[in-house]
Amino acid sequence: MEPRDDSKLEAMISVRDLRVNYGEREILHGLTFEVMRGETLVILGGSGSGKSTLLRTLVGLERPSSGEIWLKGKNLAVISDAEMNAIRKRIGMSFQGGALFGSMTVGENVALPLREHTRLEEPTIEIIVRLKLDQVGLAGFENYMPSQLSGGMKKRAAVARAMAMDPEILFFDEPSAGLDPIIAAGVDELILELKKAFHMTIVVVTHELASAFLIADRMVLIEKGNIVASGSREEMRSSAHPRVRQFLDRIAEPEVLQEADYLQMLTEDHRAAGRSMTQRGGV
Amino acid sequence: MEFAAQIGGSVTDGLAYLGSLTSLGARAAYYTFIAPFQGKPIRLQQTISQAMQVGVRALPILSLITFFIGLILALQSAYELRKFGAITFVANAVAISMTRELGPLITAIVVIGRSGSAFAAEIGTMRVTEEIDALETMAIHPVDFLVAPKFLAMTIMLPCLTIWANSMGILGGALFGVTQAGFFFDRYIRASLDALFLRDIVTGLIKSVVFGITITAVGCHEGLTTGVGAEEVGRSTTRAVVVSIFLVILVDLVFTTLFFFLGQG
Repeated sequence: MEPRDDSKLEAMISVRDLRVNYGEREILHGLTFEVMRGETLVILGGSGSGKSTLLRTLVGLERPSSGEIWLKGKNLAVISDAEMNAIRKRIGMSFQGGALFGSMTVGENVALPLREHTRLEEPTIEIIVRLKLDQVGLAGFENYMPSQLSGGMKKRAAVARAMAMDPEILFFDEPSAGLDPIIAAGVDELILELKKAFHMTIVVVTHELASAFLIADRMVLIEKGNIVASGSREEMRSSAHPRVRQFLDRIAEPEVLQEADYLQMLTEDHRAAGRSMTQRGGV
Repeated sequence: MEFAAQIGGSVTDGLAYLGSLTSLGARAAYYTFIAPFQGKPIRLQQTISQAMQVGVRALPILSLITFFIGLILALQSAYELRKFGAITFVANAVAISMTRELGPLITAIVVIGRSGSAFAAEIGTMRVTEEIDALETMAIHPVDFLVAPKFLAMTIMLPCLTIWANSMGILGGALFGVTQAGFFFDRYIRASLDALFLRDIVTGLIKSVVFGITITAVGCHEGLTTGVGAEEVGRSTTRAVVVSIFLVILVDLVFTTLFFFLGQG
């Protein structure tokens, strides 16, 4: 992290015409957007909109089928595994369920990337672990097992692990999913603090409107694999775009009336789901 | 036509499966044998804890099972040998069938039940809870982190367990020999040792190494390819056991055939 004054205008990630397929089914249909240095971008979208796939692609868990993702001067669509791993050491990802390793203590979880990728002495690692846990409000929990933590604490611990290597970009997958409103607000607060204290570039995927409007500098609304709208909080709030209004005003999708369409939708989804299942896996 | 197409399909699927097992094995071998020379040390601690889990903790149940198997072998072969007044050959029969075949095989089956299934369940659960993805986003290769220590532990522990199983089987046979065939204990052991050639033991151990590789590859592969949801973990675990048993028998057949013809030449 080297904060620079003119850094605000620099694009940290640029995505151009990104397409991602699961088997034959295209999930993302050509997305183009940028994430600026130091900003918090919230990717909003309903279930099945492709927002999680987008996040997985940004951190290199899925390969684009076409298009470009520029991150740190490299195009993720074409780089080698070694180059991808070099980039991964500079980014952090907090997963929806935390994804802490159940066989390790919280402290060992946070220490893992440090032990794997640095040659720091053990006492130094311990200090960093304590520092990171303190930053997420979990000081003193290093010897707990993940199973002994509540949902909100797990998420905080996952953030501490994601921050272990002092990443330049932090990714969050559904930070408030499965948490009660108070704990969820705490996690939002944490994201705001991280942004304020470290000027970190943050990308959050969520469908929680309250949380999105609290933490976002800019938002991107995704629907069925396309960007419907993007803009600042205010722009989104005052947008007249029907799909944006529908999402923000929480209006349910109208019932499908055409019987044939309905049947087709059922069978299509079924086949596509089967494909994406076989698509997963593989080492 | 339909039928032929189905057979063709299954054969291709089978070969593809073997292919992915081989590539997993090759990756694990790379992290175990080559990466240490490129400055990435073996995960000694994980390997030792895996070896404890796979090997040492299996000893009680394996001892009991192979002791009984030895006893059963003695009873069964005595049934036939008695007719020829050759009951003292029980020692030879037990020693040879244990070391050449049943020691390695029973060991492999016990290890499949204890560890092959556990590998699939452990890695499968990690897949479902996104822990595998988390490893990848931390630039840690899941094969390096999870599979390689298991490979090393299994390839070392399976032959060790097999040697133990062989001895327990012979002891089981000795129980029959001493009580029913008029052996003294030390005589029985001596007769068993005399019946064995080094070749018998070594072929059994070679097989057990290959069994170990097979079981790890199948268990880890099933875990890594687990789909979404808890029931998928159960499915992976079941598949790991069934496929491992089948492949172990297949490997056994191939190697036994090989040794048979090599032994003739």
